[in-house]
Amino acid sequence: MPPALLEVESLRVDFPTRQGILTAVDQVSFSIEAGEVLGVVGESGAGKSMTGFAIIDLIDPPGRISGGSIRLKGKAIDNLAPEEMRRIRGRHIGTIFQDPLTSLNPLLRVSDQLSETIRTHLDLSERQARLRALELLKEVGIPAAAERMDNYPHQFSGGMRQRIVIALALCAAPDLIIADEPTTALDVSIQAQIIRLLKRLCRDYGTSVMLITHDMGVIAETADRVAVMYAGRIVEIGPVGEVIAAAHHPYTRGLMASIPALGERRDRLAQIPGAMPRLTAIPAGCAFHPRCAHAGDRCHAERPELTSRGTASAACWLDPRQSAHG
Amino acid sequence: MDKTLTDASDDHVVEVRHLSRVFDVSPPLLDRLVERAPRQVVHAVDDVSFAIDRATTFALVGESGCGKSTVARLIAGLYAPSGGTITYGARAAAGQSASATIARQRLQMIFQDPYASLNPRWRVGDIIAEPLVHGGGSARRTAAKRVAELLELVGLAEADARKYPHEFSGGQRQRISIARALAGNPDFIICDEPTSALDVSVQAQILNLMKDLQRDLRLTYLFISHDLAVVYQISDEVAVMYLGRLCERAPTQVLFERPQHPYTRLLLETIPRLRPDGTEREPISGEVPSPVSPPAGCAFHPRCPFANERCRRERPAMRHSGESEVACHAVEEKRLFS
Repeated sequence: MPPALLEVESLRVDFPTRQGILTAVDQVSFSIEAGEVLGVVGESGAGKSMTGFAIIDLIDPPGRISGGSIRLKGKAIDNLAPEEMRRIRGRHIGTIFQDPLTSLNPLLRVSDQLSETIRTHLDLSERQARLRALELLKEVGIPAAAERMDNYPHQFSGGMRQRIVIALALCAAPDLIIADEPTTALDVSIQAQIIRLLKRLCRDYGTSVMLITHDMGVIAETADRVAVMYAGRIVEIGPVGEVIAAAHHPYTRGLMASIPALGERRDRLAQIPGAMPRLTAIPAGCAFHPRCAHAGDRCHAERPELTSRGTASAACWLDPRQSAHG
Repeated sequence: MDKTLTDASDDHVVEVRHLSRVFDVSPPLLDRLVERAPRQVVHAVDDVSFAIDRATTFALVGESGCGKSTVARLIAGLYAPSGGTITYGARAAAGQSASATIARQRLQMIFQDPYASLNPRWRVGDIIAEPLVHGGGSARRTAAKRVAELLELVGLAEADARKYPHEFSGGQRQRISIARALAGNPDFIICDEPTSALDVSVQAQILNLMKDLQRDLRLTYLFISHDLAVVYQISDEVAVMYLGRLCERAPTQVLFERPQHPYTRLLLETIPRLRPDGTEREPISGEVPSPVSPPAGCAFHPRCPFANERCRRERPAMRHSGESEVACHAVEEKRLFS
């Protein structure tokens, strides 16, 4: 079997602080196959964005990758020189962030930003790059692209800017796109347009996507598999339908139940008591045990690893049969 | 004129009629003179009418820029209306005009960002006590006791009064905002996206808390949100806004089961489903037009699949349609299937 497109193994990200070392990402392992969309879901501070940043080596110092390995098409990319990593970003891994305004240079015309990125990664003339930029803008659905490509980012609406960012990410036809909350800053009606666009383009180009979001609805509609993160670790990973309908981990079940849904009006929403622990105070044993209704002695003492439950895996000491109800 | 819009029932906490607010967004005077540009105004809120019954939750939903927060600020008295009236309380409706100032003491507001709305240099106890101490002399002496009560009411501990806001998580800070809002014994709370900045499991806690408080204290909420699923769970009545105007208003269950206005329908279709049924969501094409130059006729017509000549020319008024009120020519002419 050929190696997966992206393989992350036992990844650990540390932040040295005056109070000691904070571990933002701990023992995170997963892989993404070619053409696959992996959703990464979790609440703020769960380490999902940090995992994405680690893959493209954009963790702000003093944070650093302190363990594990990251391989793209079988080749280690977690220890490259900055110049080499620059070539991988953009060429092999595209990125889309939440706020399109921070990803675009406000002083450059859209056409110049696209051409510059295209020519950095592909051997094209200025004219060819401009044609390719126009093609991309048309593809992401910018109306009157030929007339508007020489506008500046502030002349576009939020939804249009995010389309331009997607065009930028696709410039060099990368193998993988890391999309960190790509629709969170957008209105719902625009959100649906962007999700649909992202899905179509990835299908057409065969691009894999790591979709990082707190919005389970977006993941349900887009991802093939989903990894649920809590306090820096993956607590459950599996096919998206299974994780939503029959989650194994009590945190995943609580998370799913607390999402307000249409169709059934409930007097009270299900809620998980408490809040996710801060990185400075991650409990011993299973990090979720203080909020877990099923926690036993072992959960207080020993940290569970991901173990296989059918097609999914969960990190929980509960008996799989017991955890299936409850 | 529409019947319910003019009816003044006795138990309205607030009633707005033909409310409008215009903002001047003209370029500076000199630029205007040089470029001979005319003055420009935005109709942020345009002819909006509704009433909120006591001890219910009225939700105002729409996309960013539709004017829902401006309506909230108008009712809170943070902006003055450019036109129309806001009547607070049942007493005014019964003829004994209560002054707006008194009415507003019974009104409080909760904001979206619990990080920005609490003073980081004040202790939580002082933040919550401020409205009490402001209220007068004897209030100051009993303030500490009341702060403890309020903290307990929102699920925090008495000892938390001595801490600073940064020591709390986002959800706990929103609880502090709620405690502060409750300090003056309001009966009406305007909530502007109160859970949008929170994680989903924490959002559920805050929504449940708000429901409990409503039941125990007979509170009335004006709930501003862009999240239709949250609105579905918390509100009794929903009004949908588009470009400064109401396009549909109905009891929650009715609006979600039988949406009538094409914009409401499309908005509902765009909600991501947790359990996709295999059908692709049909995204609304296009974007919200600029409120500086809104389209003539019905503001939604450029995006509406049912628009005809009349929609492009004539602005629809709110009309009864079943249990709902809808501003749509297509609904009125029964051109829409349903």
